[in-house]
Amino acid sequence: MSDAAPILETRHLSKSFGALKATDDVSITLQPGEIHAIIGPNGAGKSTLIQQICGALRPDTGNVVLDGRDISGLSTQARARAGLGRTFQVSQLCMEDSVLENALLGAVGAQGAAWRFWRRALETAELRATAEAALARVGLSDEAATRCANLSHGARRQLEVAMALTLRPRAFIMDEPMAGMGAAGSKRLTGLLDGLRQEAPILLVEHDMDAVFALADRISVLVYGKIIATGSAQEIRSSRAVREAYLGDAE
Amino acid sequence: MRIAEHWVNGAVLIGIAALPLWALLIDEPFTITLVTRAVILALAAVGLNIVLGFGGLVSFGHAVFFGLGGYAMGILAYHAQTYTVLDLGFFTTEGTKSMPIIWLVAMGISAIAAFFIGLLCLRTSGVYFIMITLAFGQMFYYFAISWAQYGGEDGLSIYVRNGFPGLNTLVPIQFFGICFALLCLVLILKARLQRAPFGLALNALRQSEARVATMGLNPMRIKLLAFVLSGAITGLAGALFADLNRFVSPAMFSWQFSGELIVLIIIGGVGRLMGPVIGACVFVALEHFLGGLTDFWHVYLGLILLGIVLFGRGGLLGLLTGKEGAHV
Repeated sequence: MSDAAPILETRHLSKSFGALKATDDVSITLQPGEIHAIIGPNGAGKSTLIQQICGALRPDTGNVVLDGRDISGLSTQARARAGLGRTFQVSQLCMEDSVLENALLGAVGAQGAAWRFWRRALETAELRATAEAALARVGLSDEAATRCANLSHGARRQLEVAMALTLRPRAFIMDEPMAGMGAAGSKRLTGLLDGLRQEAPILLVEHDMDAVFALADRISVLVYGKIIATGSAQEIRSSRAVREAYLGDAE
Repeated sequence: MRIAEHWVNGAVLIGIAALPLWALLIDEPFTITLVTRAVILALAAVGLNIVLGFGGLVSFGHAVFFGLGGYAMGILAYHAQTYTVLDLGFFTTEGTKSMPIIWLVAMGISAIAAFFIGLLCLRTSGVYFIMITLAFGQMFYYFAISWAQYGGEDGLSIYVRNGFPGLNTLVPIQFFGICFALLCLVLILKARLQRAPFGLALNALRQSEARVATMGLNPMRIKLLAFVLSGAITGLAGALFADLNRFVSPAMFSWQFSGELIVLIIIGGVGRLMGPVIGACVFVALEHFLGGLTDFWHVYLGLILLGIVLFGRGGLLGLLTGKEGAHV
């Protein structure tokens, strides 16, 4: 990978729950233009790591650095404003509202427009433009008026990405975007993420190995809270340690 | 039966305006007072519905703001009618009998109380939020009971209704007009609010707090502002209620009243603009007609509430419009 300054970096993050070390001295970087995948068996601490990066959990020690700035002390919302665009493993959407209204919420957040009380959000041109552009980018323009609860699972995953996009993030943090997707949907989303890395690098936690090997410039393997290897898809595939810990010895 | 919601809303408002006019024609001033009572309860519940319906925060302590509004009126008017000085330490006044000033004071005090109560309560959620708001309600209730200077348990009587420039507020239809105009004004503001970015964020907060924070919005601030707005509106209703009865008592702070407000909203339709208004009309009608037949009319209210919760989750508005949710 290039030696450019990383967009996002964790420095020696550690987090324990009692005797369990959920995150053990994790230092990873996310370089401009790359997709960096984090893989690891269930319970390896992937979600705990993401929560520490995004602000839902405080690390015991270590820092999260975005664009050279330490954001470890910031709240979730402040980190979002600083440029972290997160998608959730289990979709966090406003199910009662339309797809467009969901995207508008992102636009409201991005423009700090929550303290407006009179003009309709739907009729505010700049909010709508941001929301519609994001929906178009993920291919959901035709579903703008659909109630979120009536959306297919795949479309919900796309909407998650669109909402992160409305923030114009510096980095995407995606927690298993392929979870629960069929083969066709997975392929479409893989294509979308592939193009997205130009806009901002993606830290991708994913179980779908086809997607990971197709997308990732670098892969880090997390086992028992520790990064045991980082490298290209080829390097990870051929690493003995990784095979033993994760892929199994079957091959 | 499915009717578009805005038609139902329009019909209800026209009905509320028409009934007192008809009562005026046939010289039935009590009916006017009854409708005025419904309008004021509706206003209080519209306030609560901001946090309950849109924010999903079940406040079981909104009687605090209703009572504060009532006591703001009572105390100001008491000093005015007894020609005594109200000494706040840093500020003295002789009280006032002017409704607009009383409203501003009532809303201001309720808003300040809501800010501090909200700061504490909004850190909790679910059952804990219900319980802590209830606890605040009880605190204010017992404080009012022991506040001998302003009547303690017996409450305060205000002999003459407060004045509004250019109107004779003692004429029932004129006082009704004031209350109805305020209700309409608040409904317009509320209708704008719920479609504006702030309403969008509040509505999203009920559905997923993690989502709202991830979008860079501060959930606590949004909830707190909603709570303050909600408290101020309920406080305004409290001041009007006190003026309607020309009497203030600790009962305005009671937890039963907090519960009644919740019941009104559930009957009418949670999270709907006009839900609390319809609920208040039905409540006052039942109270009057069933209450005339039996002292145990709450039994029938309970049955109706049960029926609505079991069979019509969208309240009466949901039944009429055939839509369960408010935003479908």
